[in-house]
Amino acid sequence: MPEMQATYNYTVIRQFSVMAVVWGIVGMLVGVVIAAQLVWPELNFSPYFTFGRLRPLHTNAVIFAFGGSALFATSYYVVQRTCHARLFAGPLAAFTFWGWQLVIVLAAITLPMGMTQGKEYAELEWPIDILIAIVWIAYAVVFFGTIAKRTVSHIYVANWFYGAFIIAVALLHIFNSAAVPVTLFKSYSAYAGVQDAMVQWWYGHNAVGFFLTAGFLGMMYYFVPKQAGRPVYSYRLSVVHFWALIFTYMWAGPHHLHYTALPEWTQSIGMVFSLILLAPSWGGMINGVMTLSGAWHKLRDDPILKFLITSLSFYGMSTFEGPMMAIKTVNALSHYTDWTVGHVHSGALGWVAMVSIGSLYYMLPRLFGKPEMYSVKLITVHFWVATIGVVLYIASMWIAGVMQGLMWRAVNPDGTLTYSFVEAVKGSYPFWAIRFLGGVLFLSGMLIMAYNMVRTIRGGQRVDAPVLLPAAQHA
Amino acid sequence: MSDFVSEFWSWLIIAVVLVSVIGCAVFLWSQSLHRPAGAVQPTGHVWDETLQEYNNPLPRWWMWMFYLTVVFALVYLVLYPGLGSFRGVLGWTAVGQYEAEVAKVDAQVKPLFDKYLKMDLRDVAADPEAHEMGKRLYLTYCMQCHGADAHGAKGFPNLTDKDWLWGGEPERIKETILGGRYGVMPAHAYMGEDTIRNLANYVRSLSGLPGDPVRIAKGRETYKASDCVACHGPEAKGNPALGAPNLTDKVWLHGGSEATVIETITKGRNNQMPAWKDFLGEGKVHLLAAYVYSLSNPPSTH
Repeated sequence: MPEMQATYNYTVIRQFSVMAVVWGIVGMLVGVVIAAQLVWPELNFSPYFTFGRLRPLHTNAVIFAFGGSALFATSYYVVQRTCHARLFAGPLAAFTFWGWQLVIVLAAITLPMGMTQGKEYAELEWPIDILIAIVWIAYAVVFFGTIAKRTVSHIYVANWFYGAFIIAVALLHIFNSAAVPVTLFKSYSAYAGVQDAMVQWWYGHNAVGFFLTAGFLGMMYYFVPKQAGRPVYSYRLSVVHFWALIFTYMWAGPHHLHYTALPEWTQSIGMVFSLILLAPSWGGMINGVMTLSGAWHKLRDDPILKFLITSLSFYGMSTFEGPMMAIKTVNALSHYTDWTVGHVHSGALGWVAMVSIGSLYYMLPRLFGKPEMYSVKLITVHFWVATIGVVLYIASMWIAGVMQGLMWRAVNPDGTLTYSFVEAVKGSYPFWAIRFLGGVLFLSGMLIMAYNMVRTIRGGQRVDAPVLLPAAQHA
Repeated sequence: MSDFVSEFWSWLIIAVVLVSVIGCAVFLWSQSLHRPAGAVQPTGHVWDETLQEYNNPLPRWWMWMFYLTVVFALVYLVLYPGLGSFRGVLGWTAVGQYEAEVAKVDAQVKPLFDKYLKMDLRDVAADPEAHEMGKRLYLTYCMQCHGADAHGAKGFPNLTDKDWLWGGEPERIKETILGGRYGVMPAHAYMGEDTIRNLANYVRSLSGLPGDPVRIAKGRETYKASDCVACHGPEAKGNPALGAPNLTDKVWLHGGSEATVIETITKGRNNQMPAWKDFLGEGKVHLLAAYVYSLSNPPSTH
C-alpha cells in the first residue's frame, strides 16, 4: 500500500507539544499568582483578578490546557508509532488542535469575567461546553480511527489507557455539563440539590481518574520502556490493573461528599471502592518502576528517566494518600483543609506534570530532527528545581492542612472552640509562603524547559518520521 | 426514612455492589492462576521497533493487598450503612454520631454552666472564670457579626459602648440573645425627597452635626408632626421597648452621613439579631449575656 510508505503526522504533535509548554507556563504562573494572593491579600485586584476568578482559571489552564495539550501530543505520537500507521483523518486532527486552543482562549476570557457554571473543574459555560464536546468527539474519531487502521494485530497497552481516557472523559463531560441555558453566558445545571453534587463529584473524581490518571498512564507505558530501553515488566499486571482501575474509579466520587446530605449508603460505597482503588493504582506504578529493573544505573545520568521514575513515585504516593483520605474518620480531619490541596498537587505536579515533562523532553528532539535536547544539563537542572518545588509545596500543605484540621476541632473544657477560624488562617501564613516558594520553583523549571525547547527547535527541521513496518512477528 | 421510592432499588444496589466488590476479587484470582515456570520471557509482541512486554506473574504482596481491600470493603458494608436500605449491624448513622458527641459534651459541661445559671448576671459578669468562658463563647458564636473586638460594623451594633437599642440591663441583654430581635424602620419614601432631606438635616443636628439651618427648622416641624415621634419619641431619645434608636447620641448603626440618613428614612431598615435559645441553650446564653454586659460595665465600676 502506498500509504504505508508515508510518514507519521508529526505536525499536530509539534503544535500540541509546544503549546503544552506554553500553557504549562501560563497555568502555573496563574497558580503562583493565586498562591501569592493568599499570602498578600492586597494582590486581589477587583473584580477580574480576584482569587475567586483566577483559581478556576489556574485549574482549567493546568489541567485542560497544559495536561490536555500534553495528552493530545503524546497520544497522537504513541498511537501512530505503536499502530504503525499514519494518523487517521489529518484535517480532523488539525481541527482538534485549533478547536482545543479556542476552548482554552475562551476559558481565559470568560473565567476572569466571572462567567461560570459553578462546578469545580467544569466551570466553563454551555457554549464552550458544546465546543469541548465536539472537539472531543473529533479526538475520539482520530484516535480510534488510527487504532482501526493499525498494521499490527495487538493493540499496545498505552493505547488502552488513552482509549479509556478519551471515552470516559466524553461521558463525564457530557453528563456533568448537561444544563438549561438561560442566556448565551448563563445556564443552570440539569440536576438539582444533592443529585447535582453527586453528578459533579462523579465527574470531578473521574476527571482525576481518567483525565489525570488513565491518560498519563498511557504516556507512562510508552515513554518509560522507550527511555529505559527495557520491556514492560508484566503484561498480566497491565491487564489486571487496567480493568480494575477503570472499573473502580467510576465508584469513588462520593468520598468528596462525606458527612453531607448525600445518603450514607452512597458515602460508604464511595469509601470502600476508593480503598479498593489502591491496588489497581499501584499496579501502574509497579509496572512502570519494575520496567527499570536491570537498568537502574540509567537513572544516574538520564534526567528524562529521572522525571519519569520520580513521577511514578509521586503517583504511588498520592494514590496511597487518596484512599487513606477517603476513609471517613481521616476525611473528617482532612476535608476542607489544605491537606486536600497538597494531595492534589502531589498528583498534579509530582505525577502529571513530571511524566508530561519527561515525555515532552523525549519527543521534542525527535519531532524537530535533533539527536537530543539542546542541553541535557538543563533538563537535569529542571528536574531538581521541579522536585524541590513539589516537595516544598506538598510538605507545607500537609503541615498547614493537618494544623487547620486540628485547630478547627480543638475544644475547650467548657465545650467552646479553642480557636476562631481566623486564628487558623493566621497560623497558615508561613506555610502559604512556603507553598508560594514551591510554586515559583516549579514555574522556574518550566521556564528553563521553554528556553531549552526554543534552542532545540531553532535550527532544527520539522521532520516527519517514515511509518515503520511492523516487526516480523506480526507480518 | 428510606432513601428509596421502592425496595427494588435497594435490592438492585445491594446486588450491583456485591457483584462489583466480589467481582474484583474473582477477576484478580482468575488472572493469578497463570504463573509460568522458569525464566520469564517477553510475550513476543513488538511495537515501534523496541517496545516489548515481559509476562511476569502478579506480585504476591500486591495481590494480597488487593484481596485485603476487598475483604475490608465487605466487612465494612456489613457493619455500616452501604448496602441499599440495610443499615449495617452497628446501627451507625452520621446524625446519630453527631448527636451522641453533642450529648456527651453537653453532659460534661452542664455542671459548669449550671453553676453560673443560678447566679445573678451581675455577679457572673464580675467572675473572672465566667468572663473567660463568656469570651470564648463570644469568639465562637458572636464575632462573625459584632467583630472580634465587639465594636460591631455597619448594621451590627457596637457592644462596648453604653448605647443600647433594646436596653442594656443584663436581664434585657439575655432576653435579646435568647429570643433574638427584629428591628424595623419603616420606609418613608412617600414623604418626598425634599421633606426627607429636611428630616435628615434635623436628625443629624441632634447629634451636633452641621446642616442647613432652614432645613433643620423645617425638619424639626416635620419630625414633631409625623410618625417619627411614635417610635423615636418627642425628644428623639428612642425607645428600647421597640428597639427604636436614640437619635441624639452620635451613634449611627447604618452611618450618619446625610446620604445614608436619607437612605435610611427613604427606604427604611430591616435588621435582625438571630435567636440563640435553641442552638446554645440558656446556660451558655447566661454567660454570654454577662460577658456582653461586662464589656460596657467593667467589673471594677459596679
